[in-house]
Formats: sequence, C-alpha cells, structure tokens
Amino acid sequence: MTTDEATSLVNVGARQAARRRKAVPYLLLLPGGLWLAIFYIAPMIQLVGISLQEGTYQTGYSMTWRWENYADAFALAGSHFLRSFLYAGAATLLALFIAYPLAYGIAFRGGKYKNLLLVLVLMPFLTPFLLRTLAWKVILADSGFVVETLKTLHIISPSGRILATGWAVVAGITYNFLAFMTLPIYVSLEKIHPSLIEAANDLYAKPVTAFRKVTLPLSMPGIVAGTLLTLIPAAGDFVNASLLGNPQRLMVGNIIDNRFLRIVDYPTAAALSFSLMLVILAIIIPYVRASGTEDLVA
Amino acid sequence: MAQAATASRKPPLWAWIKRRILPVYMVVALTYLFMPVAIVILFSFNDHQGRYNFTWQGFTLDHWQNAFGVPRLFDSLVTSLQIAFISSAIATLLGTLIALALVRYRFRGRSATNLGLFLPMATPEVVMGSSLLALFIVLGVARGFATVVIAHIMFNISYVVVTVKARLAGFDRHLEEAAMDLYANEWTTFRKVTLPMILPGVMAAFLLGFALSFDDFIITNFNSGNTITFPLFIWGAARVGVPAQVNVFGAAIFFITVSIMLLNIRLQRRRA
Repeated sequence: MTTDEATSLVNVGARQAARRRKAVPYLLLLPGGLWLAIFYIAPMIQLVGISLQEGTYQTGYSMTWRWENYADAFALAGSHFLRSFLYAGAATLLALFIAYPLAYGIAFRGGKYKNLLLVLVLMPFLTPFLLRTLAWKVILADSGFVVETLKTLHIISPSGRILATGWAVVAGITYNFLAFMTLPIYVSLEKIHPSLIEAANDLYAKPVTAFRKVTLPLSMPGIVAGTLLTLIPAAGDFVNASLLGNPQRLMVGNIIDNRFLRIVDYPTAAALSFSLMLVILAIIIPYVRASGTEDLVA
Repeated sequence: MAQAATASRKPPLWAWIKRRILPVYMVVALTYLFMPVAIVILFSFNDHQGRYNFTWQGFTLDHWQNAFGVPRLFDSLVTSLQIAFISSAIATLLGTLIALALVRYRFRGRSATNLGLFLPMATPEVVMGSSLLALFIVLGVARGFATVVIAHIMFNISYVVVTVKARLAGFDRHLEEAAMDLYANEWTTFRKVTLPMILPGVMAAFLLGFALSFDDFIITNFNSGNTITFPLFIWGAARVGVPAQVNVFGAAIFFITVSIMLLNIRLQRRRA
C-alpha cells in the first residue's frame, strides 16, 4: 500500500465518520419528532379536513369543502367566541396586576427567602386543577364571606350573587393560571442587576421614575411571556365556565366540547376549534418573530 | 436636589407605610393563593349531610379513615397513576434525545425544530384534544387508555425538552472531549460522563411530565372513551355531588407533591 492509498483510505474513513456525526442530531430528533408529526401536526390537518365536511353522525361525513361550516359555527357560537376572549383578557390583566408586585417582592425583597417564597407561590398549583376550581365555588358561594362582605359594602345588591356570573369565571381563570404569569415575570426581574436601579437613583430619578424607565422596560420580556402563557390556556378553558359560570353564558371551549362529545356535530366543532387556533396563531406569530426561534424553547 | 429636599420633609408615618406596602401585599397575595388549598383540605374533614360538600357542617375523620371507600374513585386514581407513569417515562426519553440534539449539535432545520416544539405549548388544550380526537375518528381508532397515553406523551415532549435543556445549558463539552481523548468510545462517554450530568434535569422533567399528565383534564376528556382518570372522576362527580374522599386524595396529593418538591430542592442544593 502506498502512502497515497493509505491517506485516501484514512480520508474515506474520516468522511464516513463525519457523515455519521452529521446524522446523529437527526437520529436523536427522529422518535420525538415523529411522535409530534403524527399526534400534533396530522391531527391539526384532520381538524381542518373535518371542519369542511358535510353530513351527520348517522349518515356519515363526506368532504365537500363546505366553507359555510365556518359561517354556521359563528352564527351558533360567535358570542361564545367573543366572550372567551373577553373573560380571558380580563383574567390575564387581573393576573398581571396580582403577579407583578408579587414577583417584584420576591425578586428584590426576598433576600435569603427568595427560593422559599417562590416555592410557596407555586405550591397551591400542586392541588388538582378541578378541586382548586371547585374550591372557588365554596369561596364565592351565595352566603359565603366574600358575597356577604360585598353586600355589606353595597358593592353588590342584597339579592346579588357572584357564582353563576362572569365575575366568578374570571376569578377562577385568574387564580388557576396565575403561576404562568408569576414565573416568567419573576425570571425577568431576577435578571435585572440592582446596580442599574441604584444608578437611576444616583442620577436623582424618583423611585417611580426609576421603575418606569429601568425596571419596567427590562421586565417586559417576562410580562409578554406571562401574558401569552395566561391568555392561551384561559381562552381555551371551559372548566371554569362550566363549574363557576352561568350555563347560558358559556365559553367557546364549552361549545367545542359539547359539539364533539355530546351533540356529535363534528364539522361545527372542528370549525370552532380551528378558528380558535387561528386567533391564537395570530397572537403568537408577532411574538415568535420578535423573539426569534432560539429562545422559544429556552 | 430639590427632590431630595422634599423627600426628607415627608412625614415619617408616610415613609413607614411606604416601606411596608410590599410585604403586606405579599402576605395578602399568599393568603389569596392558599385559600382554595385550605378549603380543599378543610372540606376533607367536613361532616357533610347529603350529596353536596359545599358548606361546612362539622368536623369528622370519617372520610380519611374511609379513604378507599369509593371503589370507582380508587380505580380512577390507579388509572391516572399508570397513565402518568407510562406517558411521562416515554415523553422523558423522547424529549431528552431532542434536548441532546439541540444543545450539542448545530444542524439544518434547527429553527423548524424549535418552532415545532414551541407550538404544542402555545396551543390551547381544547384545540389539541379535539384535533387528536378528529384524527382518531378519521382513522377509526377506539378511544381509551392507549389514546390517553398517546395524547399525554404528545403534550409532555416539549416540556421535557425545555426542562432538560435548561440543565444542559451550563454543560461543559470539554468533559466529554476529555473522555474521548482518554479513548472512551461514544457510548461509554455518554454513559459515564453525559448521563450522570444530565440526570437531575431528566429526573425533574420526568416529575414535571408526571404532574402534568396526572392533572390533565381537557385533552384527556376528548380522548378517554370509557377510561376514567382522577380528573375525569371529579368532573363526572361535580354534577351529582363530589364525595369528600376526593378532597382526601386532593389533600394527600398536595402533601405528597410538596414533599417531593422540597426534597428535590434539597438534593439540588446539596449537589450545587
């Protein structure tokens, strides 16, 4: 064997090794990627497919590209759709106002109890979701202390109630998804170096100005992430509306659940479900574009 | 300067109040957060008459002593534990492989992968649950235990990737290279160097996946057929009266997960 032959053999080996190395990440991605392709992406395509079909459960469904299904769905549940985003929006805003000072307090005043306080904030969410929601039924009950206090203060009328109203649903949603708001805000506040705020104070900024010009802008990524993480599950939720709300004023999730599982009107349910996905996509696409793909799963 | 002067002229009472607003607020907020938990625990001791357990009627230990007295409730708990264990274990395996690919390799299709992992986390559960049901209907797959496991693996993968990735971020590639320099092959390097380092992250991911699966209601509701998980049992019982034993298990789950959480924190602190 000449040295030339030897080097070329080594090169072939090296190239094969390099090719194998190049394949490694794809092999690692393959099983999980396939799972998501089959059980996340393919279902989404089937959902669109069913939303354009015509027929009944008894006679079977056939694909007729019936776009009118979307018009029918909104004639049926347009008000529920709007209500979902109204409730979800109100709950998200409330959650922001509750969570921000809480996260701020832990990040800047927590001291050595920072971790303990963070654990305390997350702890309530270890009770089952449905039991937490049912507990609100007790708290907001007609003769409970919350309603009685509000009556004494003349905030609600003597015959007024909270349970079975939109307020109860918003209260339930606000509480149930509060951890999704608190955590991202805390993470972004934690990253702010205290010297930045001290610098603002040294330059004679009032505490309010320092907060507005330094702390708030730097915590914006947390606010945006928390808002999305709260708004998305809130808009699709139907548990709070079902357990705490008025059966005449349900959310779009209730209608999707009901049409799919009880009335067995698949096309309408699918049209509503995919419309909800489109609205959520419209909300998150600007976010994805601004943050870049690398930080999405960080 | 003028501002500093006015600040010092403020009455001390106002300064005293201002210093305490935030701590007082935090106590109020924590009380708010724990109020429903307290009610779940309290009502596991409620000596309620009739079907509904919504008003306090007196203290009893009956429900705790008779915790396993509702057979369908116990079955639903066992089902939930089985589903959570199987789905979280498989999702942890699949997700860890993806996290390894993302952290250790540069490759084409990286942003598509990140996007594909982000989307399931940004999709409302009702959409994921109903679309998966649409697939099963079209394929004629009967809904039950297996379809719930499939669904839970699907929504858990992304959370596993995020958790394991967080742990891998501070990971020193040189340690692996050192092992390779000492003639360890790729498999030995993985087993002796990589795995021990990522193991805490993998364990955390498994626990998170387990918790998410155990507590999932909406996606499960669409794909369960006749299988009844713990949340599905509560949902069904909510209309006709939830037995107080549900609160017993809810309280027990709370205490058990809090212990695991505290233990995990201690272990991580010792390691760090």
